[in-house]
Amino acid sequence: MIEVLFFYLFAGVMLASSVMVVVSRNPVYSVLFLILAFFNAAGLFVLIGAEFLAMLLVVVYVGAVAVLFLFVVMMLDINFAEMRAGFQKYLPLGLIVGGILVFELVLAMYGDAFGGKTAPVVSEIANTTRLGGVLYTKYAFLFQLAGLILLVAMIGAISLTLRKRAGVRRQIIAEQNARRPADVLEVIKVPSGKTPAAANAGKAEE
Amino acid sequence: MLELSLNHYLTVSAMLFALGIFGIFLNRKNVITILMSIELMLLAVNINMVAFSAYNGDLEGQIFSLFILTVAAAEAAIGLAILVVFFRNRGSIAVEDVNVLKG
Repeated sequence: MIEVLFFYLFAGVMLASSVMVVVSRNPVYSVLFLILAFFNAAGLFVLIGAEFLAMLLVVVYVGAVAVLFLFVVMMLDINFAEMRAGFQKYLPLGLIVGGILVFELVLAMYGDAFGGKTAPVVSEIANTTRLGGVLYTKYAFLFQLAGLILLVAMIGAISLTLRKRAGVRRQIIAEQNARRPADVLEVIKVPSGKTPAAANAGKAEE
Repeated sequence: MLELSLNHYLTVSAMLFALGIFGIFLNRKNVITILMSIELMLLAVNINMVAFSAYNGDLEGQIFSLFILTVAAAEAAIGLAILVVFFRNRGSIAVEDVNVLKG
């Protein structure tokens, strides 16, 4: 009973915040509602017994992807109000397409195609242990491949956005390390009663 | 109604997927919102996968969902990087301005 209550809570908040993601005027609000939607999806995952994926959703999506979106939204200097021109024009088409899609999917679902499964299969072993047991043995190669994809994505994103600006003073570490005291340091003997500048001038005259 | 079934989760995920498509139709000028709608659709797919995996007692769906998460993260990173470079070059991110392949 309490499970059903939580299901409707999570699902309701998730769908409501997804609507806000789509229709929100300010993209910063959109990103924040996206984060809320991900949190509630994580709640649904916990409810269904996939704790590891719920944690992953919070860590990867909320912690990395959504924050990346937030950075980009705040970095770009765009008049977002201007972009909403034609919002009303596309509203009916979007509603029709979305409505038809939901209708079709629900029709397929309640057509008794899935045998009316009512209870999730519960295992004695924790979800994370079971996932780890499969992931590092049967799917070890795919797991490595996923790491490779992330590496390629990281290098690609860095090399795309890296730029060399002209006219910017940069630190050149090799040159700094190559400096020798003999090249840049001069020891001047200063006789008493004279300023270093005067001593230097006297030295130049000699 | 008072007992959760597979259809509950599938209905929620279908609605979420439709919302993602609705978002793409609605914000067809703003690339950032389109990317966010794609994330919503991927989330719907993940919910579907996990629901089937839990109700069938088969872990494969959750493994697949894990890889979907990985690819979605990579896709978001690359997409946003391309967006930033495009904004630097053209000063705009409107979809109708994206019509030249040459940088």
